[in-house]
Amino acid sequence: MANENTPKVGALGTLTNGFVKENPVLRLVLGTCPTLAVSTSMVSAIGMGIATIMVLILSNTIISLFKRIIPSKVRIPAYIVVISSMVTVVSMLVKAFVPVIYEALGVYLPLITVNCIILGRAESFASKNSVILSALDGLGMGIGFLAALFSISFLREFVGSGTLLNNFTSLVPFLGENALGGFNGLDVASFFAQNTNLEPVKLLILPAGGFLIYGFIMALVNRMNHKKGKPSVTMGCEGCNACEKEAK
Amino acid sequence: MKTYIALLVMGILTSNFVLARFLGICPFLGVSRKQDTAVGMGLAVTGVMTLAAAIAHPFNVLLGKIGLEYLQTTVFILIIASLVQILEIIIKRFIKSLYSAFGIFLPLITTNCAVLGIVIINAQSGYNFPQSVVSSLGAGLGFLLAIFMFSVVRSKINEAHVPPSFRGMPITLVAASIVSLSFMGFTGIAQGLGLA
Repeated sequence: MANENTPKVGALGTLTNGFVKENPVLRLVLGTCPTLAVSTSMVSAIGMGIATIMVLILSNTIISLFKRIIPSKVRIPAYIVVISSMVTVVSMLVKAFVPVIYEALGVYLPLITVNCIILGRAESFASKNSVILSALDGLGMGIGFLAALFSISFLREFVGSGTLLNNFTSLVPFLGENALGGFNGLDVASFFAQNTNLEPVKLLILPAGGFLIYGFIMALVNRMNHKKGKPSVTMGCEGCNACEKEAK
Repeated sequence: MKTYIALLVMGILTSNFVLARFLGICPFLGVSRKQDTAVGMGLAVTGVMTLAAAIAHPFNVLLGKIGLEYLQTTVFILIIASLVQILEIIIKRFIKSLYSAFGIFLPLITTNCAVLGIVIINAQSGYNFPQSVVSSLGAGLGFLLAIFMFSVVRSKINEAHVPPSFRGMPITLVAASIVSLSFMGFTGIAQGLGLA
C-alpha cells in the first residue's frame, strides 16, 4: 500500500487517505461481506459504518500503543484478540443504545471481527505508525467505508424499496421521538405511484441486486481510474490474505 | 430427522452462505478463477466449518453456564485460529498428499467470515450439538456448490468480450449477481417440502 512508500504524509493526509485514494471498499475491495449484506437499507448501512469506525479507531489505537510489546511472530493472533474485544465492546454499546440497529445488523455485527479492513489497517498501518496517526487512519478509513456503504445503500434503498432513510428514528432513539421534527425517512415510492406508473425494482434489495450494484459502482470507479491512467481495481487483502494466494 | 434435512437444504440451497447471506465473499471472488482451486477451497472450508462448529459448541455451552456469553466472539475466533493452525500442522506431518492439495488454503480460512459466521449463527439459533454440525455441513456444502458453479461461470467470462471498465472485478460481481439470481429459484423449497 502507498503508506509504506510515502514516508511522511502528515496528519491530514493520513486522515483523508481513506476517503477516496485508498477507499477500502471501492479501491481495495476489502470488507465486501458487510458491504453487500447491510446495504439494503440506508439506516442499517449507516449503523454498520459507524460501528466499524468505532472499532477501527479503537483497534488501531490499541495496536499502535502495544506495537513494541507484541512479538512479530504472534502478531496476527494478537491483533485478532484486540479487534474481537473491541467488537464486543462496540456491539454491547450498540445493543444498549440502538437496539433496533442491533437486531437489523444481526450476525454481521460480531463479524466485524473478520472484516479485512480492520486487520489490514492493523497490519499495514497501526503496527508501524504513532498512536495519533493510527487513530486518524482508523477514522479516515472508517469514513471511507461509511461513504461507500452510504452510496451503495442509497441506490439500493431508493430504487429497490422506494424509500430514503426509512425508519431513521431507530438510528437515534436516544434523541426522543420528535427530535428531528418527526423525520422518519422519505417515502419516494408513493410519490412516484401517484404521479407516474413507476414501481420500485425489488431486485435491488435482493442479494442479487447487491452484487449487481457493487459491480456497476466498481465499473464506474474503474472508468474514472482509466481516465486518469490508473490501473483497474483488483483485490488487495493485505493482512487478511483470504485471496490472491491461489497461484502459489 | 426432518430438522436435519431442513438444515441441510437451507444451508445448501435456500439460504446459501455466499449467494444469500454474503458470507465468505472474499474467497468466493478471490479463489474462483480455476475450477480445481475452487473445489479445493470449498472442501477445505467445508471441513473447517464442520470441525469448528463441533469444537465451538461445548465451549459455547460452557460460556453460557458461567454467564460469559459476551465473550463468544473472542472465544470463537481463537478456537478457529488454533484449529486451523493445528490442522495445518497435523496434515503437514501425517498426510502429505492432502497437504499438497489443501495446504495452501488452510491459513486463508482463519479470517474467512463464513467460518466465524456459522459458529455465531449456530450459537444465536440455540442449536444443539448434532444440529450445529449438520447446519455447518450444509453451509459448507453450499459454499462448495456456489464457488464451484461460479468458477465454471468465470471460465466462460474469460472468453467473452467485456467492456474495459467492467474487466476484472466488476464483471465478476455482475456474474455473481446472476448466479445469485438463479439461486432465488430455490426460495420456498424448504416450506414446499414441509421441512421448515
